[in-house]
Amino acid sequence: MSTYLGMPTVRPHPDTPPAAPLRWGPSFPQAARQTLRDEQLRANLRTATRTIRDKRRRVTAELGDWEQLRDAGAAIKADVMSRLPELLIELEANVTARGGVVHWARDAAEANAIVTGIVRAAGAREVVKVKSMATQEIGLNDALAAVGVDAVETDLAERIVQLAGDMPSHILVPAIHRNRAEIQEIFAHRMGDAPPGLSDEPRALAMAARAHLRARFLRAEVAISGANLAIAETGTVAVVESEGNGRMCLTLPRVLVTAMGIEKVLPTFADLEVFLQLLPRSSTGERMNPYTSMWTGVTPGDGPSEFHLVLLDNGRTRALADELGRQALHCIRCSACLNVCPVYEHTGGHAYGSVYPGPIGAILTPQLLGLGDEGGPFGAHDPTGSLPFASTLCGACYEACPVKIDIPSALIHLRERALHPDGGHPPTATDLAMGAAARVLASGRLLRLAGRAAALVGRVTGGRPIHRLPWPGSLWTRVRDVPGLPRRSLSAWWRDRGSR
Amino acid sequence: MTDPTAREEMLARIRAALGARPPAATAVPRDYQRVGSLGRGSAEVLDLLADRLEDYRATVVRVAGPDGVPAAVGALLAEVGSVVAPEGVPDAWLGAITADVRRDEPALTHAELDAVPAVLTGCRVAVAETGTVVLDGSAGQGRRALTLVPDRHVVVVLADQVVHAVPDAVAVLAAHPERPLTWISGPSATSDIELVRVEGVHGPRDLRVVIVGRTSS
Repeated sequence: MSTYLGMPTVRPHPDTPPAAPLRWGPSFPQAARQTLRDEQLRANLRTATRTIRDKRRRVTAELGDWEQLRDAGAAIKADVMSRLPELLIELEANVTARGGVVHWARDAAEANAIVTGIVRAAGAREVVKVKSMATQEIGLNDALAAVGVDAVETDLAERIVQLAGDMPSHILVPAIHRNRAEIQEIFAHRMGDAPPGLSDEPRALAMAARAHLRARFLRAEVAISGANLAIAETGTVAVVESEGNGRMCLTLPRVLVTAMGIEKVLPTFADLEVFLQLLPRSSTGERMNPYTSMWTGVTPGDGPSEFHLVLLDNGRTRALADELGRQALHCIRCSACLNVCPVYEHTGGHAYGSVYPGPIGAILTPQLLGLGDEGGPFGAHDPTGSLPFASTLCGACYEACPVKIDIPSALIHLRERALHPDGGHPPTATDLAMGAAARVLASGRLLRLAGRAAALVGRVTGGRPIHRLPWPGSLWTRVRDVPGLPRRSLSAWWRDRGSR
Repeated sequence: MTDPTAREEMLARIRAALGARPPAATAVPRDYQRVGSLGRGSAEVLDLLADRLEDYRATVVRVAGPDGVPAAVGALLAEVGSVVAPEGVPDAWLGAITADVRRDEPALTHAELDAVPAVLTGCRVAVAETGTVVLDGSAGQGRRALTLVPDRHVVVVLADQVVHAVPDAVAVLAAHPERPLTWISGPSATSDIELVRVEGVHGPRDLRVVIVGRTSS
């Protein structure tokens, strides 16, 4: 799509900045039609997902008790959901006892108001940020910009996405859709202080980012982070990272604000022994990520003297109400399901129209937004309602998930919710078509007639795939292609073959 | 402070969502390995730690006993002009250092710290299986900024601080969960550009570990 002649040709993905981070763009099939045309994107994704897949397979195979760890992880998460109110109250008490301040935010607007209030009270015009899905989800950077605060993303990929004006396309590697040449161009034109003659070698690009961010770390008054987990029993919060940008943000500024989804709480300190094994091996495919920081409230003389923890709902309680769908809240954001998904690998993350792409996004986003609820998105052709259909149900995501989220079952369940929000089941076009097919398949005479009819179509269309059928077939072809039909029916072929 | 009605409403929403059908309360199966099979401080566990650290491209130096530490530390800091050593680092470790030794009293500013090229610390516990060194800010480790801003981190790991697996380390740290903890597994790194691993980003780009204790060979 782009040419790399040193000109500012990099255009943002998507073209126009979305108004809502959880819901933008057209329906999945329409968006996928666009992204599938981008050969560069598909090549980037193919290489990247294969690399992480192989690493993950190697390091998970290395642990003899991997399956037992997954079972423990799944059970801990189910336990957390069953007593979420008690655990959040316990977390709040322990953070508060150690000098932290806990805030509760019902939705994105409330969370943004809390955070911008803290930043303004601290008198900061610039804040440094640790990569965080929760703050992406609520559009915090835009809210800060609206009050004149510059939020500087400090994770390398997140900074690339920010400078490019993109949306993230992967949970762990948000700039997976950009290759080195594009990143070189983004840095050279948008960073402001890129070294002259910057090459597109990953090392050179990483060092340019180091120099670009170092002064900002050292002068920052306020940092904003997410949390990978928080321990109710002790009030301990943890951030898992690689570059050290997390440590910089969590350690150097005077004020730290952490925004965390309510589902990230864990009961006990000992539970760390499960999640510190499951998460790094599933996400980056390492035995351990380079840095994990844990802090409990405020420690005098070490790190920020002011700590705020914002507990975020923003649709999570909506998801929790769905008995089968609530397991989406078990997600630890490792992104293993994205890397093994054949659909994600082909379409890329932007086709999902949400900061949560891939298989987990397809079950999380619709539930956060209240799929099929009164006033919520609805139907298979709605941008959000189409997400549960963006899957082949191959089950690779379930196999890869470190906390055993049964994504395929949740997808099927959410398809029902998208189509029958009231739980009723009037016969659909699919039901009618299946009924007709059953009658034809049960009768030799009808099947022979159907075969002859199909062969006639095959001869007319030259055996090519059919992109568009007249109604009611259009209901099928608006989201799928019909494979090319053969010029002869099977029974005709068999008859001729037998007479030879 | 937060709006109390937000808190009450969120808790009420959660209770309503769990409603009549909360997830079945099941006991958590802990059939995974809760105690590593290699003994704490054994030659095998030290070998494993060295191997895993080198896999992350950290520099590893083995010394048989405490007597070997000063020379090893001195060599690892040979060409730097200054090094910060937090309170509690044994004087003996500093014996062969030619660099100017800085103390964090009074606390160094970020700018001062940024001008110091190296830091020398001990650690609380190390995990052999994952090649991880954990600092908890107790004696000889300093506040977190000290081991973050200087570009070279030299850390001395004593044999009896080395455990086999992650659960072993969590058990050690559980004695003081309130301390700020930093788990370090190799130098800082990124794979954000085409999944190509680049070592050394914002955290120390150069991690050097002195392991004190016998090897199995």
